[in-house]
Amino acid sequence: MTSSPIVVRVKKKRIVELLASGKRVDERGLTDYREIQLESGVIERAEGSARVHLGKTDVLVGVKIATGAPFSDVPDKGVLTVNAELVPSASPSFEPGPPGEDAVELARVVDRGIRESKAIDLEKLCVESGKLVFVIFVDVYVLNHDGNLIDASAIAALAALINTKMFKYTVEDGKIVKKPGYTPLPIINYPIAVTFAKIGDKLVLDTELDEEQVMDARLTMTMDKDGKICAIQKGGGSGYFTKEEISEAAKIALKKTEELRKIVVKG
Amino acid sequence: MKANKKKTKKERINMTNKKPEKLIDKKGIRLDGRKLDELRPVKMEVGVLPNADGSAYLEQGKNKILVGVYGPKEAHPRHIAQQDRAVIQCRYHMAPFSVDERKSPAPSRRDVELSKVIREALEPAVFLEYYPKTSIQVYIEILQADGGTRCAGITAASLALADAGIPMRDLVVACAAGKADGKLLVDLMDTEDKVGEADVPVAFMPNLNAITLLQMDGSLSVDEFENAISMALDGCKQLYALQKEALKSKYVAVEEAEEE
Repeated sequence: MTSSPIVVRVKKKRIVELLASGKRVDERGLTDYREIQLESGVIERAEGSARVHLGKTDVLVGVKIATGAPFSDVPDKGVLTVNAELVPSASPSFEPGPPGEDAVELARVVDRGIRESKAIDLEKLCVESGKLVFVIFVDVYVLNHDGNLIDASAIAALAALINTKMFKYTVEDGKIVKKPGYTPLPIINYPIAVTFAKIGDKLVLDTELDEEQVMDARLTMTMDKDGKICAIQKGGGSGYFTKEEISEAAKIALKKTEELRKIVVKG
Repeated sequence: MKANKKKTKKERINMTNKKPEKLIDKKGIRLDGRKLDELRPVKMEVGVLPNADGSAYLEQGKNKILVGVYGPKEAHPRHIAQQDRAVIQCRYHMAPFSVDERKSPAPSRRDVELSKVIREALEPAVFLEYYPKTSIQVYIEILQADGGTRCAGITAASLALADAGIPMRDLVVACAAGKADGKLLVDLMDTEDKVGEADVPVAFMPNLNAITLLQMDGSLSVDEFENAISMALDGCKQLYALQKEALKSKYVAVEEAEEE
């Protein structure tokens, strides 16, 4: 990011040397996550919300619900919109202004996990086919950046959706009339993202910012509750993966997503 | 529908844009007559733009893609310059008339993401450290889209980089695999991508065994996913041979002309 290439090289040497002996800067194992704290319902004004601390990485997700017209190619489905905001106070490398490519990529990777796993039963969010549906806005707000924003955001987004309450309603003359009481969103799948960083010849999970700055490439795998892969994204710089590394990552991801899902989905 | 009766199945789908009932028939033949592991017809040509430092034109099925490369030249705006290497500025852009419903020429979020992942797919190939403080601009224009444009864009962009004489470790070549009607298949066209169950675009440097772009959406088991990658890599290898041919047909021809 903003650090000069020389500092990054010195840092990289240290991180790679440690990794060669199976160690990380903060003494975690290569596939260990930092401590995850999850708190739901933190914003009362939002229909759903959750805040995730992943080590020092801090992500808040709010869900708002509106009504609108469906897309013409899927007239009987509600609309899901995911947006990500890299709040300027979260990191010296974030700047105010319209979302840059990092924010767009973050939002789209989180979106793809939710959409492709069919986490929300969007058909249940149709009020009148072709005319009126519910629109679910998922806004990812990065409050502090210390690496692995994708995994933290995906967990927070899923938790916020699980936390979301919709008002009950009836339809009169094509209009929605609120009734007392609330129902949860129809959540029918639980996608979890795990992001690998390739540093030297090692695959590492849940990178902190220092590690992220020296990584060669990154690979995010999102898996659903049945262990099916629903989204993948390679990114993060000028490195590459071999097919063997990708196979290894898929095997680790299968176990790890199951572990992480237990934190979000209780019981 | 009556008016369409005389049309072939394929034409009907294109005209009505309706979801076909089946993407693959009993014999394992796809809507456009291909086998599951068969690529669309491909045409590649380099050096097609007189003003660009390097350029390439590629057709893959109905995809028509034009890539122009400028640089390395002084990085602009200056704050993007890196002290120890060149940066690649990449723009993936769809022409408003390239798809059924006019697309606004303003960059969509999809365009922003694709520009990023395409850049990251090309970066590992280029000896960026040879040209510090400079920028290499890669402009990918999708003139007509029919599924798999990011892959075709990468294949064409690496040809254009080579045509610009920029030193590279290998050509980057890209191909998607996916799943439709429960079967794995390669080089998905638009309908297969939209209606099918999964899409896995892969970019590859064959000589280095390096995967430089990998994305997926849809639903695949781990085993299916691994098979899909293998199929995509096979597709890449076939396209790689065509890429080399395209370069040879320009430069060998030039060389022969000089000898005469």
